[in-house]
Amino acid sequence: MIGTIGKALYGLVDGFANLHWSNPVMIVVGLVLLYLAIKKDIEPVLLVPIGFGCILVNIPLAGLMEEGGFLRIIYDSGVITEVFPLLIFVGIGAMTDFGPLMENPKIFLLGAAGQFGIFLTLALALILGFTQKESVSIGIIGACDGPTAIYVSSQYAPHLLGAISVAAYSYMSLVPLIQPPIMRWLTTKEERVINMGVVKKSVSKTTKLLFPLVVTIVGGLIAPKGLILLGTVMLGNFMRECGVVSRLTRASENEIANIVTLLLGIAIGATMNGKVFITPQTLMVLALGFVAICLDTACGVIFGKILKVVTGGKVNPLIGAAGISAYPMSARVVQKEGQKYNKKNYLLMHAMGANTGGQVGSVLAAAVMLSILRGLGII
Amino acid sequence: MDNWTFGFTMVVVGMGGTLLTLWILGFCMNILKKFFPYKKEEGGK
Repeated sequence: MIGTIGKALYGLVDGFANLHWSNPVMIVVGLVLLYLAIKKDIEPVLLVPIGFGCILVNIPLAGLMEEGGFLRIIYDSGVITEVFPLLIFVGIGAMTDFGPLMENPKIFLLGAAGQFGIFLTLALALILGFTQKESVSIGIIGACDGPTAIYVSSQYAPHLLGAISVAAYSYMSLVPLIQPPIMRWLTTKEERVINMGVVKKSVSKTTKLLFPLVVTIVGGLIAPKGLILLGTVMLGNFMRECGVVSRLTRASENEIANIVTLLLGIAIGATMNGKVFITPQTLMVLALGFVAICLDTACGVIFGKILKVVTGGKVNPLIGAAGISAYPMSARVVQKEGQKYNKKNYLLMHAMGANTGGQVGSVLAAAVMLSILRGLGII
Repeated sequence: MDNWTFGFTMVVVGMGGTLLTLWILGFCMNILKKFFPYKKEEGGK
């Protein structure tokens, strides 16, 4: 009888008895993510479910990430199958106006340069001892695009998914802190005050309608392995521009995106079990993610300087920093920096063009990378 | 494949491929804008 009562009581303290030292550490990490989301307003839509999921998965014996567990079902249904990031992409495409980009198509090149950090970071990760597939997944943090990072890492380095996702979303929201010093360091005062004038409306509705189709077909033929990334973004954009499926467009931007974001956040948090997350590898992933975004910014600004020379001084190199996919934050950073040196300079629409170019560029860079891997026989 | 070859290939072909693809898309956009020019009346719709 006493033994039975003892066993029953033990059942109530079992959770404490099975705590690994890393579990309370990760619970604190989850609380920090919640703090950043609520008090500092850093990507709350993602960091709240990620933070809460992180807390849930670090309470032992709950079985949430075991076969049949609540978090495991969500993870297997949406992350392993890659459905969640792709559904979010449809919403992103539906929310984006590519008009400023189409008004000045050479800005596409800034969207390309803004992705160079992906490949340079990939090389750095290889040097630091990560495997080829891990390096690909780490490099993609430089895409500054959460769904892309999740899509690639869930396939090729699922054990790094938690670290990569946290890095991707956290650094995206820190763009206003990361980019300005790099922009100032790489440009002269004379370059920063270059006035690019007003963006004139020069894009017809037909062009805007055909844009997603052209990008899907041309981009898909060049990089077929990444077509699903490209196609889902462009599907959302095509629905927006055709104007005849406003219900679907609104659902993609709102209900679908919100539901999937919630489930994706919880699933990412569920990968942050202390025993798996607290490793030297995680710290290196976080450091490399930071490096990737710095390199993106630097390459974008340097390419902006090249465009300035090629166009005879018409392009302000600062807009190169907006060639990353952190939309529209990066464009606002460029506008703010430009105004510091020339109050009459309104770089926002030019930077928006570069920023939307970065959105297309990040998806295309991932598509190109996956197609190269397929060509090399690695996937 | 050794890491050096892999890394070099990914950097060169990856960066070059991304740049080339986006240049092609920019070129396609310019062609579309020539075939379907903006009409001022569209601004009022």
